[in-house]
Amino acid sequence: MTITEPLPSPSAPLDRPLLKATGEPLRERAFKWLLWFCMGVGLLTLVVLLTYVVIKGWSRLDSRLITNMPSSVLPETAGAQSAIAGTLWLMTFTAIWSLPTGILAAIYLEEYGDANRWYNRAIEINILNLAAVPSIVFGILGLAFISRGLGFGPTILTGSITLALLVLPIVVIASREAIRAVPQSIRAGSLALGATQWQTVYRQVLPAAIPGIATGAILALSRAIGEAAPLLMLGVSFVQFNPDGLMSNFTALPVQIYSWTTEARPEYGTLAAAASVVLLIMLLAMNSVAIYIRNKTQRRW
Amino acid sequence: MTESTPDLPVSVSAASGAIADSDESNNTDGANESVITTRDLSVFYGSYQAVRNVDMDFGKNRITAMIGPSGCGKSTVLRCFNRMNDLIAGARVEGTITYHGQDVYADDVDTIEVRRRVGMVFQKPNPFPKSIYDNIAYGPRVNGWKVDSMDDVVEEALTRAALWDEVKDKLKESALALSGGQQQRLCIARCIAVQPDVILMDEPCASLDPIATSKIEDLMRELAGDYTIIIVTHNMQQAARVSDRTAFFTADVDDHGVRHGRLVEMDKTKTIFTNPSDPRTEGYISGRFG
Repeated sequence: MTITEPLPSPSAPLDRPLLKATGEPLRERAFKWLLWFCMGVGLLTLVVLLTYVVIKGWSRLDSRLITNMPSSVLPETAGAQSAIAGTLWLMTFTAIWSLPTGILAAIYLEEYGDANRWYNRAIEINILNLAAVPSIVFGILGLAFISRGLGFGPTILTGSITLALLVLPIVVIASREAIRAVPQSIRAGSLALGATQWQTVYRQVLPAAIPGIATGAILALSRAIGEAAPLLMLGVSFVQFNPDGLMSNFTALPVQIYSWTTEARPEYGTLAAAASVVLLIMLLAMNSVAIYIRNKTQRRW
Repeated sequence: MTESTPDLPVSVSAASGAIADSDESNNTDGANESVITTRDLSVFYGSYQAVRNVDMDFGKNRITAMIGPSGCGKSTVLRCFNRMNDLIAGARVEGTITYHGQDVYADDVDTIEVRRRVGMVFQKPNPFPKSIYDNIAYGPRVNGWKVDSMDDVVEEALTRAALWDEVKDKLKESALALSGGQQQRLCIARCIAVQPDVILMDEPCASLDPIATSKIEDLMRELAGDYTIIIVTHNMQQAARVSDRTAFFTADVDDHGVRHGRLVEMDKTKTIFTNPSDPRTEGYISGRFG
């Protein structure tokens, strides 16, 4: 770089005081405004949506929602107990299937797999692509192979396996990021003391990666909890009882909300809004747990 | 997993005799019992030959310094001694490295056992994000040792590393709260706790201030009574101050313009610094080259 115009020397006569501010250039300000605007769009939409749902569902946000079973005949006594219970069952087993599998797969890819081998690269590309597959496709897979192929029917087992497959790529990707963020010097320090690779992973890498893994896991489950499409594909619909096991038929909150919105009577619209608020509260609760775990276990290097 | 010998070889005489030992060994011939020996050692990363044809002998309970300009393969050679180069994809070793006469790279060698006997201290202090106590106890624990009292093991290791008095009241606190120099002494203590007989140090003072550096150097002289220490350093005064023998490495540029590290000479430190046999050594030490 050549300097064509040297800075004026402090002693030379100037047309303005040497250190006087000339104000922020326009493009600096314009860029800042753009950032504010984009953030405002996102935030405002969310606030409007939340307010709308709460106001619309306010009259039905009471204990009936939790104590009563759904009904397509009597909106004033209808509740969402079976849907709430179904969602809790579904999330529990989705987590049981997807978290250990996803975290162990991430450990393999990061700590054991040789990234130069073609099959490891193939797995990696596959996982990235799977994360982008629409959820309805997982619904078709669940219907064809798990519900009908294995004969499990529209049960908690089928639903949770389908959702677990849906969120597995997210768990793997988030866990890999967390594992990769653990400094190499920690692994070297452990191995140099005569620790085996598994001891190094189990005692050093995993504990240090927990905050990131927990965040990813909750994000994945947050995605699963709101999914209606794959469950509808599986034939999950209206039931008036709580699940009592893996082979029990069930309904889930998103499915229940969807079926209420298709009812003609406006009372069901109110019910759908109220049930959406319940779903949102469950979601927020899960995210709070993630933040708590992260703050509790975060380390600095 | 391995034999359980919790009693650490604590020697009080090491401290007082350190300076005298150093002078004496500088005057005697360096060829006592060789703990680590390399013959015709070459290290490759893929097809690139990083270091070629190195022959070295590391005498028992001596401090050997490896000096030379950046990129001459000192650290590469050092990391072969405890097979840390195995962790780098594509790294390959030709020639032989023996530890007490046994080939370190033989097929039936357990790398875990190599690393336990040949400890390592890294350039940047890398304490685990655990308590001071757990940092020291980690090595004995992962090696599955049955010890009568882990507290004693921790105290002995910290005492040997001259850190006990500074941390004895905060053993349960995070090791990351220590200063850089304390962290590095903790790493040395952690290494001592698994009872190696060789300690490799890869520029252990590179990130430390002069006071912390001088504490580490004092510690090295103390430990030399019981351990064979091999140190890579960019600091020539440090090599002159602490080592009994010095190896000078440099990099040759071949016909294709590729740099290959090689050993120029290895001798008593006093000889290397006052009367080196190779003009390149003299040039480097007097600052004309490198």
